[in-house]
Parts: sequence; structure tokens; C-alpha cells
Amino acid sequence: MKPFRKGDGERSGLFTRRALLLGGVQGVLLGALAGRLYQLQVLETQRFATLAEENRINLRLLPPSRGLIFDRTGQPLAVNRNNFRAMATSDRGRGADVLVERLDQIFSLGEAEKTRLLRELRRSRNAQPVVVRENLGWEEVARIEFNAPDLPGVFIDLGQSRDYPEGELMSHIVGYTGRVSDEDLAGRDDPVLQLATIRFGKKGVERSLEDDLRGRAGAVQVEVNAVGRVVRELDRTEGQPGSNALLTIDLDLQRFAAEKMKEHQSGSVVVLDVITGDVLVMASTPGFDPSTFARGITQAEWRDLLDNPERPLHNKAIAGVYPPGSTYKMVTALAALESKAIDPWTRLPCLGSLELGNIKFHCWLKGGHGSTNVVEAIASSCDCFFYEAARRAGVDRISDMAARLGFGKQSELGLPGESAGNQPTRAWKQEKVGKAWQHGDTFNLGIGQGYMTCTPLQLAIMTARIANGGYEVQPNLLLAKATPREELGPPAPVTKPTAPSLRLNPQHLAMIRDGMNQVVNAGIGTANQLRRDANGKVLDPSLAFAGKTGTAQVKRITERERDMGITQASLPWHLRHHALFVCFGPVDNPRYACAVIVEHGQAGGTTAGPIGRDMLVETMKRDPSRRSDRYRKMASR
Amino acid sequence: MSLALDAPAPVGFAERIWRINWGLVLVLTAIAGVGVLALYSAAGGRFEPWASRHAVRYGAAFVLMLTVALIHPKVWLALAWPIYIVSMLLLVAVDVIGKIGMGAQRWLVIGPMQIQPSEIAKVAVILVLARYYHGLSKEQASRFLYTLPALLVILAPVALVMVQPDLGTAMMVLMGGGALLFVAGVRLWMFLVAGVSAVACLPIAWSLMHDYQKKRVLTFLDPDRDPLGAGYHITQSKIAIGSGGLFGKGFLKGTQSSLNFLPEKQTDFIFTTFVEEWGMVGAFGLLVLFALVLIWGFSIAFRCQHHFGRLLALGVTALMFLYVFINAAMVMGLLPVVGVPLPLVSNGGTAMVSVMFACGLLIGVSVYRDAQLPWTR
Repeated sequence: MKPFRKGDGERSGLFTRRALLLGGVQGVLLGALAGRLYQLQVLETQRFATLAEENRINLRLLPPSRGLIFDRTGQPLAVNRNNFRAMATSDRGRGADVLVERLDQIFSLGEAEKTRLLRELRRSRNAQPVVVRENLGWEEVARIEFNAPDLPGVFIDLGQSRDYPEGELMSHIVGYTGRVSDEDLAGRDDPVLQLATIRFGKKGVERSLEDDLRGRAGAVQVEVNAVGRVVRELDRTEGQPGSNALLTIDLDLQRFAAEKMKEHQSGSVVVLDVITGDVLVMASTPGFDPSTFARGITQAEWRDLLDNPERPLHNKAIAGVYPPGSTYKMVTALAALESKAIDPWTRLPCLGSLELGNIKFHCWLKGGHGSTNVVEAIASSCDCFFYEAARRAGVDRISDMAARLGFGKQSELGLPGESAGNQPTRAWKQEKVGKAWQHGDTFNLGIGQGYMTCTPLQLAIMTARIANGGYEVQPNLLLAKATPREELGPPAPVTKPTAPSLRLNPQHLAMIRDGMNQVVNAGIGTANQLRRDANGKVLDPSLAFAGKTGTAQVKRITERERDMGITQASLPWHLRHHALFVCFGPVDNPRYACAVIVEHGQAGGTTAGPIGRDMLVETMKRDPSRRSDRYRKMASR
Repeated sequence: MSLALDAPAPVGFAERIWRINWGLVLVLTAIAGVGVLALYSAAGGRFEPWASRHAVRYGAAFVLMLTVALIHPKVWLALAWPIYIVSMLLLVAVDVIGKIGMGAQRWLVIGPMQIQPSEIAKVAVILVLARYYHGLSKEQASRFLYTLPALLVILAPVALVMVQPDLGTAMMVLMGGGALLFVAGVRLWMFLVAGVSAVACLPIAWSLMHDYQKKRVLTFLDPDRDPLGAGYHITQSKIAIGSGGLFGKGFLKGTQSSLNFLPEKQTDFIFTTFVEEWGMVGAFGLLVLFALVLIWGFSIAFRCQHHFGRLLALGVTALMFLYVFINAAMVMGLLPVVGVPLPLVSNGGTAMVSVMFACGLLIGVSVYRDAQLPWTR
């Protein structure tokens, strides 16, 4: 075999020429690479260096810790507790499907949760993390950490969640927080609200004081990698925690009220300081457990709460509206006195009923009260007197007086969901009912029935304004607020009302108070039994109080039904009358006013009355002038 | 001692060892050293999981390379077709049962090994074409009829890797094979016709491409179309290279790659990782090392006395160039993002083995430059 064949020389020559050409091309192309490197690394390096900085530096908000809420004696009502939660970030929503599936394997999230998570991951701006699951136990934390390599962008975060140590007792006042909704964002451009972990007040004080409690976000400059995982911290500005709030509520009294209400299905108690307007007690039963909202309420639980006829979600003290019944008679009396429709000596007859056209208006006392003046009429709650007084004063003056005493409009309490009640006027009836105001309507209004409705808080405000000598005191829930907890303390005691005067004749007010005093402390009084305590002992004179009973009609018992022997007690619960009682004390130097409503409690004097008495007596006993040591102790807490 | 009969002067084993281009071996080791450095940095300053395995792999491949270099070219002449056929079978297998990885079927799992048949195919095509043209005279090589089998040899693997789909390998096989045909003496008009028909086929190729491939081409043409989407890789890579500047950010101080802004930083984008930290100086240094390999390749081809060796050496050199050029141009935004690793630097077993195998062949050509090979078809 010949090693070299003829013609290899030709092949080799061609090969060399073409290979050199190829080598030349390769050289040129490598030169192009070098040129590109020069362009990127020398000519444009400044621009790319800036871009690289922006890439890795990320500003993150630090959620401020939410302000704590205390009662007036410093007992905690809403606190923060540590909460381990699983957070997830994704690279602009990439890989979110897989991630959610894997998380589902760990937590068994369920379809609804998966959908929410997927949506939030895709929507999340600037790779802000979203919450996967809160309140993790150690086992769950361990499972996340164990599976970390399979869960890119998932990390454990120590945050805070809200805890309500008093639970149901304070549920209506303190309220609860929840995820920020679009409505919450309206008009607020606080960047902290963009954080997934931030919670927003939804009900109660959590809502009304939201902007104080929230605090200001801090910021931390971090170096992050492409999936948003923090590599190191570069700079940190601490935020400002939310203000702590001291409420006017006295937790022990509130608990006392809840105890008293326990025997009744549904109702409300409000206790006000008549000088300062401090709301010492605002109870509404039944309540709800705010922790169900904190951990995320289920559909079934929510339905249960909504469908319950006793309306546990409702704060009946401000959102429940009832006809005031006989507790309204002070308004009629004041309106008549102030307008000189009657004078202190006017005596009006009562024969058990009054006829207007062919309609008969009954007095609650079948035989009638005979002739009474305004004080006796209040004491014995004579309906006929107030029919006539109302007729003489007229609807306009009564409505005007009612408005001055706080009816028909929301108070300045500030809690969400407060109802204005309804203070009817001629114009209102014309507009809403489409009929002109009738004399009969005035009669009904005179005894707090008909179109007239109000909230328990409004009854307490009316009583307070009468008791304090005619000052337009407003209810108030916030005693003090301060950012460091140490600075939080009750303000100096106030002994004179600072609210503007209603310019009522003091003599007239004194007569109304005298009438209310006689309700309890005179033989003719409708609640004379309340001068004794639950054990039958007459109250100490320093604890003596004045009040007024009321019974609000739910279903009118007709003449025929009355003849058939149908009584309140034989009616089903939801048709029975509401029992009302308003009171203030001490009778000679009023400081506290109280309003009680027992829904469908039938008679004010016997159901609501004892609660009002006990409530007021307990409040007076705890007055700082009697128990100053307690407050000194609190201030040093 | 049949060998002694063919050869004018027998070459002893010591002489063969001496003939190994130790300079080239040193350059290759230096390149692999750069790879270890870059992978160490890509792992955040740790040998695990890439750098240590890269070093061990290079050690094994180094032994393979020297072994291959010492095997007589006639063995390769005989094994060219079997190797080619096996690699085609592996490509078919990968298409049929291959594992899905990175949106394309590229891996074949055999026991504990993951192999990438497309990497083997690149070398196999060069081997077979060298074998084929070794048996043709200059006139035969220039004829169209004799070019057809060569075209088939090239297009079969191209078709198979396009199915995977692996645009990068397809391009490399096509261009590497083309280079071989060019130096083997195929008429220039045929390249012209091929070029024109390729342009004519572009619309058809476009319609056959996967969505992600189309997106890559479009974003290559205009990276700012979607800076956070498909253009993300190119943009981030350019930022990394550009921010490196003249002298780089320093070893282990690259922010782009250590913070994971770079995709595939240990494989296709390893050049970026390296250049961000070592700057233009480092990049030029690495390119010079590769250029040295190419120059050595050409010189080995020119000095070889048999056509098989010439063609083989040039084919390997062309492959090497294509690897480096396509990879570097891709990370600098000069070419669309296609999966081509940087030889001996990128993390990856099969690529390392096939590149070292090819280098073994190249050095073998030098060792046996005066071997007398039978002129067979």
C-alpha cells in the first residue's frame, strides 16, 4: 500500500488556502468580540454600573407595631403577640403555580386559599412578599425550613398579630382588624398599607382610631437577589410604632355589666360620666369572639353570626334602635316647660284615657292618675299628662328639644356603625311617609312611641345632659393616647363640664331631676322598689339615685286582644315589649348616667331597672373620690 | 509489527509522548483553571457544588485526552462510522425517551450518568467527514454528487437536534460541518446556493420554531421589548459584563451573579460571571487562551502529512471556535440566547468530555502527523 497517493499535494494546497481564509474569518470574529467587550466595559460601563446598583438595592418597608389598647385602669384590651408566618415572593409571578402546589402539599391550603395566593403572588409589586399562612406552630416552621430547597422565595417571618385578651366582653368596643381592603385604601396613601402583613381596623376602636394605632413604617435598604431574598442589610430607618390608647371604659365595670345582662338574652348597657362624657361601660349582649376574625373567619361562622336573631355582631348600644317609650317623657316635659306651654304649677287631669276624634289614647294605669303636675307626672309616668303636654307644646318644639338633648343624630363618639335613630318632624313625615303630621302623631311622640326611635347611647346622653345641668356633653371613648407606653396616663380629674351650655332654665331641669328622683325614692314612683338594693336594704343616701322607667311597644295589643286576656308574658319572645331604664346618681350631685335596654324584657321597672340600679351603685362606689388609691396605683403601672 | 513495515522510521513510545503538544495541554489546563475559579465564585465562594466537580472532571477528561492522543489515527479512521452511528442512535433515543430539562429534551439518563448526545454528535460529525474526505481526491471532493453524502451526514444530526429543540447545537453542527466541507474543497457556488436557500427557508424555520425560541430571536433583535420577560437574560448579562469595567469588581465580588440576577450562571453564562469579576482584562486573557488553542489547532493541521489528520484537526479547531464565539457573542447580546456552553469553563460533564475527546484527537493528529494511512473510502 502506498502511503502517499498522487494528488495529495493538490488537496493539501487547497486545504491550506481555504484553512487560512477560515482562520482569517475566525480572527476577525474574535476581534469583534473584543470590540464588543470594549464597548460594554469601557464605553458604557458607567450606565451598566448604575443599573447593577439598582438591581441589588431594594427598599423594604418595616411594618410598625400596632398601638396597644387599654381600659382606663390600664388593663390590656388589645395586644400584639408574636406570630410566625410563612411568606412567599415570586419573580414577577413566575413559577407561582408550582410554588402554590408545593405549599398546598405542606399546608393543604384548599382551593380558595390557593386561588387567593396565586392572585396575590401575581399582583405583588416590587417582589413584596405575600402571606401564605399565619400563626404557624413549631412543627410547621420546621417543615418549611426542611423543604426550603424546594420552596424558592418562601421564608418564615416573625410578625405580630392582634390578640384580644378580653374576647367577647370587649368585642363591640375594641372591634377587630383584617386585611386591607380597597375601600380602606381610599384617601390614604400611607405606603405601609401596601404591605401584605399589615392589618387594618375593621370595627370598633380598632377602626375609629386606625390612623393613630397604625404608626409609621420604617424602611430598610437591603441587598436582594433576583428572587427577592434578602442577602444583607445596608441601611435601616426605624419606623414609629402606633400610639397606645387608653380607653374611657372601666373593664371591671364592663365585666360587671356583662354579668348583670347574662340572665337576659339580648340587651345593652351604657354608663357615662355626665361631666366629661367618658363612656365607662358600653355593653351589648351577646357579643362575638374577635379571635375568629383575627385568624380568618369561615363562611359557616360568618353565616351563623349574621343569622342569629340576637345579632351578636351588632353593637346594640350604638346601632340598636328602639322607641324610647316613657324615658322620652323628660324631653316632652322640658319642651313644654321651656316653651311655656305648661308652667311648674300646671296640673292636668288623667281619667285613664284621652280621646282624639274617634281614637282612644290610653294611660298605662287603667283608672287614671287624677290631677298631676309635671313632677308627679314624671314620677308616676302618667301618659295622659304627656299627651296633653305634647299637644300644647307641639311637635316642632318637642323635636327641637330632643335634638338639643342628642336625639336624631350621631354622637361624636366616632365608632363605626353608629345609628342616628329617628327624631320625627313634620317635614320628615311628609317626605318619608307622604302624609301630613297628625295630632295623634304628637300624642304618640309625647310618650316616646310611634315614629320615634333612638339608641341606648342617645338615652344615656339625654340623661347625662339633664343630670349635669344642661351641658351639651358628648360621649367619649378615648381617655388618652401616647406613643411610648410610659407616657400613657389618665388626664387630671375634671369636675366642671367643659361642654357648651344648652341654655336651659336650671329651675326646669331641677324639676325634671326631681321627677326622676321621685320615680325611685317616692311612694308614687313607678320604680320605688329600686330604692332598696337586691338584698332589700335601702341604699345608703350617698348612693341614692334617680331614674325613669320605659317600656317600648313592639306589638300593639289591641282592645280585643286585651279583652281576650292576652298579656305581654303570653306573647312569643320576639313580640314582647322592650324594657328600658335610664338613671343618674348620686341624686344630689350627679356624676354618672346610665341607660339600660333589655330587648323584649317586657317591663322597664322590673327587668331593666335592677340592672340600672346595680350598675349605677357599682359605678358610684368606684368613683375616684371614694377610691383614689386605685388610680394612683394605675398611674405607676 | 505490521506498523513497522508501513512506516519509514518507527516512532517509539517516548518519542510519541514528546510529540504531545504540552504547550497546548498547558493552555487547556489554564482554561479549565479559569473554569474552576469562575464556578467557585458562582457558588458564592464555595467549591461545592460545581468547582470541585469541575476540577475532578477535568482530571478524568485529561487522562482521556492523553489516551485518545496516543491512539493511532487508523483506529479513528476505522471507528469513525461506528461512533457516528452510535451518536445518531443516542440522539434518536433522547428524542424518544429523553428527559425534559430546560424546556428541551437534551439529556439521556444512563445509570448514574446524564449524557447529552448532542455534544457527542458534534465530534462524531467532524470525525466522519474527515474520514469521508480522506478517501476522496480533489476532483471528487469538488463534485456535487460526492457532496451529497457529506450533506446527509451533517443534516441528519441537525434535524435530530432541531427536534429536541436545540438551536445552538444545530447551528454548531451545521457551521462546523460547513467549515470542513469548505476546507475539503467543496465548490464555492454550492455554499452560495446553500446560503441563499437557507435564507429562503427562514420563514419555514420560523413557523417550526417553538414559542420560546421565537421569543428569544425577537428579544435578541430588540432586548428592550420586554426587559423583565424574555429579554431579561440578555439585559442582566450585559449589565453584569458592562458593570465589570476594565478591571472587574474583583474575585467573589460580582454582585450580579452572586445575587442570582444571572440565569444559568454556572453553565451558559459562566463567561459573564467571570468577566464581571475580572473585567475586560480578564476577558481578553481568556479569549487569548482560546485564540492560542485555535492557533495551535491550525498549526497542527498545516503540519500534518495526511489528509484525515488535517481535516480532523481543522474540524476540531472550527468546533472550538464555534463554541467560544457563539457562547461569548450570546452573553454579550450579539447573538440570540442559544444553549452553547463555554468549553472547559462551563459546568457540565458531557461537554467537558467531548471537548477533551476532540482535543485528544487534535493532539493525536500532531503525535501521528507522519502516520501513513490507507486511502480508503
